Amino acid sequence: MSPYRFVILNPKDNVATALDFIPAGSVVKITYQNREQDITIKQPIEFGHKFAIVPIKQGEDVLKYGEVIGVASNDIAEGEHVHVHNVEGKRGRGDQKHGKRSILGV
Amino acid sequence: MENAQFWGYRRPDGRVGVRNHVLILPTIVCATQAARQVTELVHGTVTFIHQHGCAQVGVDYEQTFRTYVGMGTNPNVYGVVVMGLGCETHQGRNVAQEIAKSGKPVELVSIQDHGGTLGAIAEAARIATKMVQDASTVMREPFDVSELIVGTECGGSDACSGLSANPAVGYVSDMIVDRGGTVVLAETTELIGAEHLLASRAVNDRVAKRVYEVIEAMEKRAIMMGVDIRTGNPSPGNRKGGLTTLEEKSLGAAAKAGTRPLQELINYAERPTKKGLVWMDTPGHDIEQLTGMVAGGAQIVLFTSGRGTPTGSPIAPVIKIATNTPMFERMRENMDVNAGTIIEGKESLESVGRRIFDELLLTASGKLTKSEILKQHDFGIWRIGPTF
Repeated sequence: MSPYRFVILNPKDNVATALDFIPAGSVVKITYQNREQDITIKQPIEFGHKFAIVPIKQGEDVLKYGEVIGVASNDIAEGEHVHVHNVEGKRGRGDQKHGKRSILGV
Repeated sequence: MENAQFWGYRRPDGRVGVRNHVLILPTIVCATQAARQVTELVHGTVTFIHQHGCAQVGVDYEQTFRTYVGMGTNPNVYGVVVMGLGCETHQGRNVAQEIAKSGKPVELVSIQDHGGTLGAIAEAARIATKMVQDASTVMREPFDVSELIVGTECGGSDACSGLSANPAVGYVSDMIVDRGGTVVLAETTELIGAEHLLASRAVNDRVAKRVYEVIEAMEKRAIMMGVDIRTGNPSPGNRKGGLTTLEEKSLGAAAKAGTRPLQELINYAERPTKKGLVWMDTPGHDIEQLTGMVAGGAQIVLFTSGRGTPTGSPIAPVIKIATNTPMFERMRENMDVNAGTIIEGKESLESVGRRIFDELLLTASGKLTKSEILKQHDFGIWRIGPTF
């Protein structure tokens, strides 16, 4: 089993946070909703970054601390790096409301 | 509960300072360079450089005025020399009169009335020289932690912020509240996505409603500009540190607030009217937030960082707490406490919390922070609208 450390902050979470750099191909043992399983890390995960501990479908909420931190913008496989390339924030999204136009006239 | 005291300075209005500065307070950008020259001439004086004080209207006028007055009345300040130009929107006279109500020494020098820059510098330096000597005769006395207003802040966050330093500061926040003190939570932007957790801790429905109002107002400002708030926050450094969205950053930031009830929600640079946990409506911008809390009367600030920042205030000690050990090692001259031991599994959250609390009491009693030693005198007022 890999020596790499990571943390799952809440039983509801679908991501874990790496506490070490975890190289691609490493196998880590996770506990998700009381079930232990091995998952293979798909990309290198930097210290502090997240990986999926279950498959997350496009449009599904991403959960950390047991709370919604954003929405998956692509399907994410278990063991994949979860970050700005496949997760979007849901809050403060003026770009979705007005396109590129600002009401400030500039 | 153990007795917790610090050595501070009693002020005429009854409040207690942890520093004994003479503040050269420029109420207009045009007087900032003269103010800086005075601080170079006179030992024991501090000032701040800024771009405010003219052509401001409405809420911005009031907010800037309140910030100036709050900096002058902060109990870390013994006395104030207000420096103005003469023709500006924010009249130095009004600021000086308001600060004088606190009973501390205040004098006004304006460049147009004192023969230009050199005359004003000479006059201000003359006044400051006497004030500094008078200040030096005030002795520290022991006070209870209940006299403290402690600001909390995170800047340059990373994924460790929500795991180590912020929950440790939350533990300290509870310790201060339980001893009758006041803790200021701020950075409204960085609570977007965590507001429901804080609203549920509000002492009444009115405070809970205000939580949702300030969050909505902050979020609407980004939406009205037609931007994704993520283009400014989380910052590139936050993202490199593993934070993906503002919501994720917010949930980590909210850990600073500990677990005690939320007593009230105050405007930018306002003084808390309640003891306990208080939320001040500020942006996430580190310096604007810090300035608002200090102007609101915070004598001391706990500041967590994952990426590492030099942030400091001209009048309040800022204790900087590293979320991870590699950054603490890299930036030892900027950071005061390491909470990275929690990530390494070497120390419990409670143990780090108690270390931070001890450092808080020592610092309140006179121990200098790294940002004070490095003269990191940051200052910036949150601007809501344009200047005219």
